[in-house]
Amino acid sequence: MLAGRLAGRAARLAVLLAAVAVACFALMEASPVDPVDAYVGAEAARIGPEQRALIAERFGLDDPPLVRFGLWAGRVVRGDLGTSMIFNAPVTQVIASRFAASLALMASAWLLSGALGFGLGILAALTRRSALDRAIRVGAYTLASAPTFWVGLLLLTVFAVTLGWAPVCCATDIGSDPATASLGERLRHLALPAATLSIAGVAPIALHTRAQAVSILDSDFVTFARAQGERGGGLVRHRVLRNAAVPAVLLQFASLSELFGGSVLAETVFSYPGLGQATVQAGLRGDVPLLLGIALFTTVFVFTGNLLGDTTHHLLDPRLRSTSRRRAGRSRAVEVHT
Amino acid sequence: MSAASDALGRLRGNPPQPVATEIAHRPLDRRRRTLVQIGAGTALIAAIVVAGTVLSASAELTDLTARRLPPSLAHPFGTDWLGRDMLARTLVGLRLSLAIGTLAATVSAVIALLLAAAAGALGRRVDTAVSWLVDLFLAIPHLVLLILIAFAAGRGARGVIIAVAVTHWPSLTRLLRGEARRVAASDYVAVAQRLGHGGWWVARRHLLAHLVPHFTVGLVLLFPHAILHEAALSFLGLGLSPHAPAIGIILSDAMRYLSAGAWWLAVLPGLALLTVVKAVDTVGENLRALADPHSVHE
Repeated sequence: MLAGRLAGRAARLAVLLAAVAVACFALMEASPVDPVDAYVGAEAARIGPEQRALIAERFGLDDPPLVRFGLWAGRVVRGDLGTSMIFNAPVTQVIASRFAASLALMASAWLLSGALGFGLGILAALTRRSALDRAIRVGAYTLASAPTFWVGLLLLTVFAVTLGWAPVCCATDIGSDPATASLGERLRHLALPAATLSIAGVAPIALHTRAQAVSILDSDFVTFARAQGERGGGLVRHRVLRNAAVPAVLLQFASLSELFGGSVLAETVFSYPGLGQATVQAGLRGDVPLLLGIALFTTVFVFTGNLLGDTTHHLLDPRLRSTSRRRAGRSRAVEVHT
Repeated sequence: MSAASDALGRLRGNPPQPVATEIAHRPLDRRRRTLVQIGAGTALIAAIVVAGTVLSASAELTDLTARRLPPSLAHPFGTDWLGRDMLARTLVGLRLSLAIGTLAATVSAVIALLLAAAAGALGRRVDTAVSWLVDLFLAIPHLVLLILIAFAAGRGARGVIIAVAVTHWPSLTRLLRGEARRVAASDYVAVAQRLGHGGWWVARRHLLAHLVPHFTVGLVLLFPHAILHEAALSFLGLGLSPHAPAIGIILSDAMRYLSAGAWWLAVLPGLALLTVVKAVDTVGENLRALADPHSVHE
C-alpha cells in the first residue's frame, strides 16, 4: 500500500521534473543574455574573438539547442548538473553547501512561524469578536500585505543599526573563518533573517487556524461536549487543538514554495550566503547551469514538502489510517477544509 | 436582561429589542460600510495616481543643499543623498507600481478566464491539461519562476513586466475552473440543454454570468501580489532599471544608507507601499463581499 503510493509519487515527480527541465531550458534559450558575455563579465573588453570562440566551444555553445538539451538532460539523469560559471564549481556542490546554510534559516523560520501562527489563530478563535481577536486579525492581514524585504529592512534598522543587538550581515563575523565559527556566532547571525522569514509566514497560518478553530467551536461535537460538562483547557486540548492541528500542518508543509521565495529576499537583505542569494547572483550574472540546477532542486524541495504534508496528515488523522474507511475519511477531511 | 425584557415586550406588543451584535450585522449597515470602504480605497489609489503624475518632474529634481534631510514639514518623507524629495519619489514609484500591477493583473486574469472557460466547455481532456498546467506552474517557487522568466525576457523593465504578467494566473484559474465545472454540472444547465439551447447560449447566459463576478474580484485580488512581486524583483536588481523611480529601487538604494542612520529612506516608502497594497486588498475583499455574500459569514 505504502510502497505503491510512493511509487506513484515518484512517477509524478519524474514527469514533473521532465516538464520543468524542458520549460526552463527553453526559457534559458530564449534569453538574449549572451552566455560568453555573462561568463567573462567585466573582462569583456580585454578578450578577443579567438578566446570567445574557445569559451563558446568549451561550453558547447556552438551546437544546436536540441543537441545541447540532449547532452544536458543526459548528464542531469546521471546526477551531473554541470559547472556553475560564477562559483567555478560543480552546480551540485554549490547547491549542497548553499542549501545547508539556507536550511538552518528556513527550518527555524518554518517552526517559529508555524508555532506562533497556530497559537495566535487558536487564541483569536477562543476570544472571538473581542479586541484581541480583532487585533490579531488586523495584524495578520496587514502582515500579509507587507513586502518581506521591507520587513527585513525594518528589523535591520531597529535591531542591527540602532540597538546593535545583532550583526548587520552575513552568516559569520567578518574576517572569521566560516568553518570554525562557533554555534553562538552562527545563531546571532541567523536571528534577524529567521525573524524576517517567520514574520512573513505567520499571517496565513494564523488566519487559517482561526477559521478552522471557529468552525470546530461551532460544531455539534463541541456543543455536545459542552453539554456533558466539558470546558476550559480540557475542551480546548481534546476537541479543538487536535482537530485544528491537522490542516495547519498540511498548510505549513504546502507553504515551502513561499518559504523559499521569502528566503531569497531575506538572504539578500542580510547578505546571508544561502541558496536564495545564489539564485539572485545566478540571475544577475547569467549563470545558466546554476539557474537550471536551482529550478530543478527547488521543484524537488516543494514536492517533498507536499509529500511530507500528506504523510503527516495520514499519521495525524485516524480517519485516514484504516484503508476500509479511507473514503469516508477523505470526504470528512474535505468537509473540514471548506 | 434581554430574554426577559423581550418576552415582556412581546406581551405588551412591542417588537423585541435588537441586541448590539445584531445591529452591527444588519445587512444595510454592513452593505453601507462595504461601499464606503470600496469608495475610500479607490479614492486613495486615484489620488496616488494623480499625485504621481503631477510630481513626476519634481521627483528627479536634485538639490545638493538639501541632502539627506530627515522628515520635516517641507519634506515629509525626507530627502535622499542627492537631495531629491522622497515623498515625490515614493508617489511616482507607487504610480509606476500601480501601472505595472494593473497590466500584470489584467493579463493574468484574462489567461485564467480563458483557461477556465476552455476547461469547462471543451471536455475532460482539456480540463486535465489545464489542471496539469496549473500544477506545473505551482511546482516551482513563484520567485524562482519570476527570476527565470525575467532572465529569459532579457531582464530590465520588459523582463519584469512579462514575468509578473504571465505567472499570476494559476490560483485564479483553479478557482474559476471549479466554478465553471460546478455550473456545467448543475440542474439548470441540464434543463437549458433539454429546452434546446445550444452550447454557446449556455456558455454566455449561465457560465459567463457566473464567472464574471469571480473574475472581477480575482482580478483585483491579483493586483497586490503583482505589485509586491514587481517590487521584489526590482529590489533584487532583476527588475526595473536602477534609475527608475520604483519602490523596489528606492528600497534597494536605501539599504546602502541604513547603516549611516538614514532610516526614513527605507521605512516611509515601504510603509506607503504597504498602504497601497492594503487599500487594493480592501477594495477586492469588499467587492467579493458584494459579489458573493456567502463568503462573509463566519
